[in-house]
Amino acid sequence: MSGWRAHGMRAWLMQRLTAVYVALFFVSMLLLFVLHPFADYASWRQFMSMPVVNIATVFFFLGLIYHAWVGLRDVVIDYISQFTLRMITLMVVTLSLIALGIWAFMVLVTVVAL
Amino acid sequence: MTIKTQRPRYLNLLKIRLPITGVASILHRLSGVLLVVAIPFIIYGLALSLRSAEDLARLEIWINSAWMRMVMPLWVWAITHHLLTGIRFLLMDIGIGQGLAAARLSAWWVSAIAGTVFLLVLFRGVVL
Repeated sequence: MSGWRAHGMRAWLMQRLTAVYVALFFVSMLLLFVLHPFADYASWRQFMSMPVVNIATVFFFLGLIYHAWVGLRDVVIDYISQFTLRMITLMVVTLSLIALGIWAFMVLVTVVAL
Repeated sequence: MTIKTQRPRYLNLLKIRLPITGVASILHRLSGVLLVVAIPFIIYGLALSLRSAEDLARLEIWINSAWMRMVMPLWVWAITHHLLTGIRFLLMDIGIGQGLAAARLSAWWVSAIAGTVFLLVLFRGVVL
């Protein structure tokens, strides 16, 4: 399991970097929705089509999913001691999160007609 | 190595008395898992909101449904607790509030704020 240990420091650091970005993005969006609610569908869609917003939102989901992966990995390693079950669970978690990331990316890039 | 063999092998959750710092920490973990469960719903909601005006209206009805009024307080609690305890951990990482008294007080504060937000959203969902 020495490979995992080598991974630990990077995961620890990425968990914190993604935490900062995800938190800042979330609080900014929350403030925007409270202070400046969108009037209708068109203005909301137009807002999400702005390159800066679109890319920042894709990065939000990628950061969120990486953050979730590190957290779930810790949870799985802490609570599932049986090796095979642990590896299967980690595999399922990882593939599910990758699928969610691709889905979020597809939703956001297709906001403008391709 | 007699000490090792005398360790209890069971985990009686009712006999564990966690200090408030431990409570805040385990709830950070629990709220994190709850928030992961919410990710597919958030992506689906985002997809609906961007697809068409009709789908956006459908999403708004769904968010105000009785089922969501049950889930919403828990979700808002999870995000508040996870965010506040997360900021607390990050501040501790850079050396702020690491003393025992400060750690206990901040753990009480973040848990209390998140608990209050939960009650407020629950109250709003039930009454309004």
